[in-house]
Amino acid sequence: MDNLVRILGTDLGRMLAGLIGVIALVSVNALFLIWMERKVAAHMQLRPGPMEVGWHGAIQTIADALKLMGKELITPAEVDRSVYLLAPIVVFLPVLLSFLVIPFSQTLVIRDMNVGVLLILAFAALTVLAILMAGWASNNKYAVFGSIRSVAQNVAYEIPLLITVMSPILMVGSYRLTDIVAAQEKFWFIVSQPLAFILYITCATAETNRAPFDLPEAESELVAGFHTEYSGMRFGLFFLAEYTNMFIVAALATIFFLGGWRGPVLPGWVWFLLKVYAIIFLIMWFRWTFPRVRFDQLITFAWKILIPLAFANLLLTALVMKLM
Amino acid sequence: MHEPGQEEKTYVLNFGPQHPSTHGVLRVELQMEGEFITKAAPDIGYGHRGHEHMAENRNYQQFLPNMGRVDYLHALAYNQGYCMAVEKLTGLEVPERAEFIRVITAELNRIASHLLWVGAYLLDLGAFTPFLYCFDDRENILDLLDRVTGSRLTYCYYRFGGVPKDIDDEFMAGCRAFITRLRGRFKDYDDLVTKNIIFIKRTRDIGVISKEQCVRYGLTGPMVRGSGIPYDIRKSEPYSVYPRFDFEIPIGERGDIMDRYLVRIREMAQSLRIIEQALDKLPDGPIMAEKVPKRIKPAAGEVYQAVETARGEFGCYIVSEGDIKPYRIKLRVPSFGNLSILPEIAVDTLVADLVAILGSIDVVVPEIDR
Repeated sequence: MDNLVRILGTDLGRMLAGLIGVIALVSVNALFLIWMERKVAAHMQLRPGPMEVGWHGAIQTIADALKLMGKELITPAEVDRSVYLLAPIVVFLPVLLSFLVIPFSQTLVIRDMNVGVLLILAFAALTVLAILMAGWASNNKYAVFGSIRSVAQNVAYEIPLLITVMSPILMVGSYRLTDIVAAQEKFWFIVSQPLAFILYITCATAETNRAPFDLPEAESELVAGFHTEYSGMRFGLFFLAEYTNMFIVAALATIFFLGGWRGPVLPGWVWFLLKVYAIIFLIMWFRWTFPRVRFDQLITFAWKILIPLAFANLLLTALVMKLM
Repeated sequence: MHEPGQEEKTYVLNFGPQHPSTHGVLRVELQMEGEFITKAAPDIGYGHRGHEHMAENRNYQQFLPNMGRVDYLHALAYNQGYCMAVEKLTGLEVPERAEFIRVITAELNRIASHLLWVGAYLLDLGAFTPFLYCFDDRENILDLLDRVTGSRLTYCYYRFGGVPKDIDDEFMAGCRAFITRLRGRFKDYDDLVTKNIIFIKRTRDIGVISKEQCVRYGLTGPMVRGSGIPYDIRKSEPYSVYPRFDFEIPIGERGDIMDRYLVRIREMAQSLRIIEQALDKLPDGPIMAEKVPKRIKPAAGEVYQAVETARGEFGCYIVSEGDIKPYRIKLRVPSFGNLSILPEIAVDTLVADLVAILGSIDVVVPEIDR
């Protein structure tokens, strides 16, 4: 027992425990989110959703995952084999790494780095690379379309996203996520930064390729976009990454605007998860309510509306901070 | 095409026949430059079943079930068109009550078709939820029609000289309940869809068709009415008992996708009006003409009968040589004419617009292929 504590106490031990914890969290979270999405969608659409497997279909996703694992992994002819096989892994790894710095509660954080925000945003940018790899290697015009759109979209929306989160950072004066939460002791930043919150949610929806900004995989236009040619668990990894990405952007929203783990009575991590899933519910709500925007409208929206607004918000914040 | 040494700037994108937005086995060959379309050529015929040829090899009654399968979404209009053509040819008089029942059921079917269109069209635009709302409403119609016709999709209900089964009080009560229900739902559709900013951005001034183009391509149905021409067979060449009802022909102003959407929504409201009046005025009497011959054997001659389906003008042209089989039946289908304008209006649009335009044409591919 003493040995175990000593091992866990070392840096390496912490990393190992963290990794196992993260992988478990990612899997359980994806299983839960897919079920949640199906239930949210169903109830918005006047139907009950999955009901057969488990309580209200609670373990339906596990059945689906098992089916997916049993599927044949098809590699179409004339794909760029190495890139094609690498893409699902590349899309998944940065997602895992982002969990390193997310503080689930005051103490529950794997590595409390002073560049936390930058690390997450840098890794989030890697997702684009994976999508580009997948689309390009698939040797399919629809897949290429999907990945080209994805790159343009992510580049366009990363800029307002970064500028938007700069405003709270300016108020705190630290990139460390725990500091940002600590600074929200008196009030949540959503009160002082309502515009930034709206901008952030908009950009985050686009960043995670969710409807109404789900153009890289716009079903009615591009069949399945960049993952058209992927089957079985390879497709499953893209799916898993998408839902985990959703968790990460929602976690960032919680940390920046909703006071992170802060809340009465319940332990910190419960509050944190509650807020995260509330944000995810909001994003799901968008998906099942809005039609899809057109590609040029999407890009125009980012460059002509979101970026100027984000800059204006940043300047205003800077001015107010200076005067105070 | 491109010559050696010249850089290739365009490429071909096969849109279909296996694609979520072609609503059946339609293939559009797209010449693309980036995401812009420089040329669109529809390729039809994947679902050809030879209905017209079948007609030449069976007698008049045996061809009747085929009519539910040409346009499976507005099958009763096809039933009506074919039955009326044969009745014209043989001089059969249809009792008044049967005509009223035909109008009620055909209009219900029209609403079902439009509801499906609204749902499927918004699905094309990426909104999933309205689809299920529309299907929820449509389910009511299917239940009602199931009661009298015995089937839910490929109806074969009308007979030469009338209808085989009378409608009962329960059906009429169901109809009235449905009218009240759908009228209440229009406001929901308006709030959720018509006023949605993304929807407006996707449909306003996209796929504009001018009046001149409408005439040149022989468009019919909501396509032509969306462009501001009030052409509806029910008014312009009245048939059945339609002249006895008070209803309007909704038309659009700009001829864009939005107008075609609004025309269809308003048409549903007008169909409700027709059904309501028909239920009120429904006369008593027989539902089948007396002395309908067992073997339909019309004298030699030819006849054309047009009816308004949910997609436009369906015309049934029969040539008889005095045999128990028709010599030739030509089906004039609205979707064929309506699709023919696609190459002209799809040029210089984005793929996303092509999906929106193709959806707004409301093609039923088996109808085109026949």
